[in-house]
Amino acid sequence: MGTDLLLSPHSITPMYVQIVEQVVAKVMSGTWKPGTPLPSIRELAAGSRVSVITVKRAYLELERAGVIVTRQGKGSFVADALDATQALAEGEFQTQMQGLLDAARKLGLGRRQVVERVGQAFDRLTDASPTHTNPERRKP
Amino acid sequence: MIPAIALRGVRKHYDDFALHDIGLALPVGQVMGLVGVNGAGKSTLLRVLMGLVRADGGTVEVLGLRLPQEQVAVKRDIGYASDDMRLYRAQPLRWHMDFIRSIYPGWDEAYAQVLLKRFDLRPQQVLGGFSHGQRVKALLLLIFARHPRLLLLDEPTTGLDPVARGEVLDALADVLRDEERSILFSSHNTADIEQVADSVTFLHDGRLLASRDKESFLDGWRRILCRGERTEAVRRLPGLVSVRGSAPLVELKTGAFDASTVPALQALGLCVESVEPMSLEDIFVTTVRGEGNA
Repeated sequence: MGTDLLLSPHSITPMYVQIVEQVVAKVMSGTWKPGTPLPSIRELAAGSRVSVITVKRAYLELERAGVIVTRQGKGSFVADALDATQALAEGEFQTQMQGLLDAARKLGLGRRQVVERVGQAFDRLTDASPTHTNPERRKP
Repeated sequence: MIPAIALRGVRKHYDDFALHDIGLALPVGQVMGLVGVNGAGKSTLLRVLMGLVRADGGTVEVLGLRLPQEQVAVKRDIGYASDDMRLYRAQPLRWHMDFIRSIYPGWDEAYAQVLLKRFDLRPQQVLGGFSHGQRVKALLLLIFARHPRLLLLDEPTTGLDPVARGEVLDALADVLRDEERSILFSSHNTADIEQVADSVTFLHDGRLLASRDKESFLDGWRRILCRGERTEAVRRLPGLVSVRGSAPLVELKTGAFDASTVPALQALGLCVESVEPMSLEDIFVTTVRGEGNA
């Protein structure tokens, strides 16, 4: 298993975020399967030339996001398939929602307007695809 | 656990310079980066820790032993490197290696061979023919191959070309694999510290400005771009170190960033455009300039 990540100290993305993103990519692509042991914190730090505290922080974030689990004295492992996929989907949702809120702020949209427009988007979604969801009801 | 380094209220007075009330702790297994401009007191601090300079007051404990009382015992386990250390120009590197090996029982010849290769050094060459970078690497090899429990390195990467710097950082990373060993190093190259250090200690004018873990240190600093007026209320925000304006934009740099910062700016009528993390270099320069203005 390759333990070295491809990190850049010159990126605007903080080191620990780079670690989180690359571990997530490995898990999502199936390179690291559920139950795979992660490199020890010191091993990854030395191999990728980052500080121990940076790797520790990345592992904490990954744990909080449910992507990895840490067992006392045994190290960290990729979480079970269901948990990990669920967690990643949840993370993706959070990111998209933050993006939505940022975009709304730039337009100067308030809470009510955002909720309204999300509601309208939902309505359009259900209007556009009624035949897939409930073909029977539309029949006269 | 006993920290690798524990300083409390350390003072040292010279005619033209003084260290004031230095207190810091380096836990075992960690790397601490020492940042500061020339003359800030970094070298003096390292020399106090090595027992080369006796503090006027306060307590100095290194690897659990009091200095200067137990400095002989401590020095066995410390590897100290600084600019002003001289090797014998007329002797080859191999001679130096055998010399250190005869003094320190912990010498690891296999690791020395690994380092020779990594640093691209020829053991039979006399030191007089070495370039500056090669001399620095030779000195570090002589220290690293002893596996000291504490490394005190004064500007270990200064004057090295980028390739040699990478080699030295790799060797530092090697040390990290062992959780019993600790490193304190000073550098003008803040990128090196930002990359490999667990904690950052900031010296300015003989005083400690900050000493804390790197992640929370960097987290507390942000460059914030806003649209709006540079009012007096904005300038008075706590933690603000630098305010620059170029209408309609205002650039703020704060060392006390948290969840309440952006709402506080919005409450003052500013429209926050972007919030960016700052590099250690930017923090360093901003802090030193801010001090000058105060």
